[in-house]
Amino acid sequence: MAKEKFNILESACVPLPLENVDTDQIIPARFLSATTREGFGGNLFRDWRYDKSGNKNMEFVLNDNKYSGKILVAGKNFGSGSSREHAVWAIYDYGFRAVVSSFFADIFKNNALNNGLLPVVVPEKFLQNLLSLIKRKPDSLVSIDLEKQSLTVIASGESVIFEINPYKKECMLKGLDDIDYLLSIKDLVTSFENKKKRENEN
Amino acid sequence: METKTLFDKIWDSHVVKSIEGGPDVIYIDQHYIHEVTSPQAFNGLIQRGIPVFRPEKTLATADHNTPTLNQDKPIREELSRNQVEKLAENCKKYGIEYFGLNHGKNGIVHVIGPELGYTRPGMTIVCGDSHTSTHGAFGTIAFGIGTSEVEMVLATQCILQPKPKKMRITINGKLHKGVTSKDVIMHVISQVSTGGATGYFVEYTGQVIKSLSMEGRMTICNMSIEMGARGGLIAPDETTYKYLEGLPSIPDSFDWTSLLLKWKEMNSDQGAEFDRDLEFKGDNIKPMITFGTNPGMGMAIDDSIPTTDDVSSEVSASFLKSLDYMGFVPGMKLLGHPVDYVFLGSCTNGRIEDFRSFAQLVKGRKKASNITALIVPGSKAVERQVIDEGLDKILRKAGFELRQPGCSSCLAMNEDKIPAGKYAVSTSNRNFEGRQGPGSRTLLASPLTAAAAAITGRISDPREFID
Repeated sequence: MAKEKFNILESACVPLPLENVDTDQIIPARFLSATTREGFGGNLFRDWRYDKSGNKNMEFVLNDNKYSGKILVAGKNFGSGSSREHAVWAIYDYGFRAVVSSFFADIFKNNALNNGLLPVVVPEKFLQNLLSLIKRKPDSLVSIDLEKQSLTVIASGESVIFEINPYKKECMLKGLDDIDYLLSIKDLVTSFENKKKRENEN
Repeated sequence: METKTLFDKIWDSHVVKSIEGGPDVIYIDQHYIHEVTSPQAFNGLIQRGIPVFRPEKTLATADHNTPTLNQDKPIREELSRNQVEKLAENCKKYGIEYFGLNHGKNGIVHVIGPELGYTRPGMTIVCGDSHTSTHGAFGTIAFGIGTSEVEMVLATQCILQPKPKKMRITINGKLHKGVTSKDVIMHVISQVSTGGATGYFVEYTGQVIKSLSMEGRMTICNMSIEMGARGGLIAPDETTYKYLEGLPSIPDSFDWTSLLLKWKEMNSDQGAEFDRDLEFKGDNIKPMITFGTNPGMGMAIDDSIPTTDDVSSEVSASFLKSLDYMGFVPGMKLLGHPVDYVFLGSCTNGRIEDFRSFAQLVKGRKKASNITALIVPGSKAVERQVIDEGLDKILRKAGFELRQPGCSSCLAMNEDKIPAGKYAVSTSNRNFEGRQGPGSRTLLASPLTAAAAAITGRISDPREFID
């Protein structure tokens, strides 16, 4: 089914300089009991965003009015741990459309791409510079151009090229979905099954 | 002649199609589902108006959010009850085999799949759970997937995956007394780091791996994901065949002669190339414990937590935040540190061997009064075997009560939560902040180390308690 298309995203950024942010932090397990995909944004980073009594932790970036935007910039190895796609649904539902880091965990990256959330891998040094820029000037704008596979800091013009699988890029640009693709080659799947069956009989 | 790794052999024989410049379309032989990551996938099928393509290739169980007491009564927590009911409903509607609560075959998905004989060498296996890597112990390509991918498998029995790189981890030598497969994998992860194997699929080999039982091998493969690897596998051998032949649920119609012939070819060819090759010595491994908030932050139990001089300046902030959460300081020793909870169970250490090992250490001793223990078998079958072997009596005499099967306190979706600020020595797989309940502090360890903590009330070296 069609998803939102991703072309060019221009936005300020929200910085999360921690490393190894795991999916239990992104969305704790106790909020996984829903049976639909909607509404997870309210509990995004729940235990960092709120204290034990449910009051906002004003030191956490999502509660800091200085920062806003559709791009989350996070430390190395973002999204490790559990395969829960709820982590991506929560980030997307909160309003982010891209996450920038120097390194993503595999399952998280796949899940993001399957839901129209763009994972952008940049060199560690670029990431550190970007994080300190956002801290100094929270309204700094960044532009992500998927077609050109580039991320540019608008004020300085500093830019990096990022990698993305060409098939996944096409899907994101056109808002296409893997299931539509797989359904379109179902005959191939059936002939694969028949071939296997014959092999096993021999 | 072209040489191939075991991973290549299985992968290549499951490629339905390679997309140019894109991922491979991989056929899935066995799909496992549970209540938490499947409902949205079934909703997707309904929205598209399509059926489940091969319902006989999916097996369902309820495990993640289920209570471990009073399973015969309705689940108290409404959202959890609803999720389990939804799974039962979806399975009925689409003709999927389902082992719900109270069914004799119910249990944690990665415990029941292997013990019921659904997991067999050479298969491709997926499940909406990152610890699907467990099944690699049987020489399978098994890995965790997201819910969109669960929907793909339900709809077409295939998923799209880029082929990962290959890593070989060889562990030679032999293990000292009191050192278990859990310590082996925790040692490896502490060296590789929590993200160090990202992008790779691991093959474990070497004398230590070959000497392990199937249960021990499952513990190793289970935690592959904790160093970021997509999965981990072990070539099948006599231990594997014997385990499978002994299973009551393997159909009589199985042609063992031809199966064995096929399985015996399931090895990496001599000279097959790996993108990365790591080697460890079993003799150097001691009982392990974690001190931080990711599984890479582990050390030998008699060691000291690293100091800030030992870690690079880039990671220093995350390192200190982690220690602060745990209530520890750099350079501190953990032996003798008080503990509040002990958890025996999970898809990592909820099998019969783990219960034997825990019972062996606590036999004739008493649970410390400051310890609350959660003793949770991985499945109904494990529960029955614990009782058949009389381990429940040993446990009860030492002050431990057996609970009913499920994921329990590993991710604390049910009521088995560790309270804020409390320390738990846990045989599970993740020590993330809040993983066992908001504010909980997890110390990962083997069943033996958990047993030593349970009887002393402190972090203790299990080697002092076994002959």
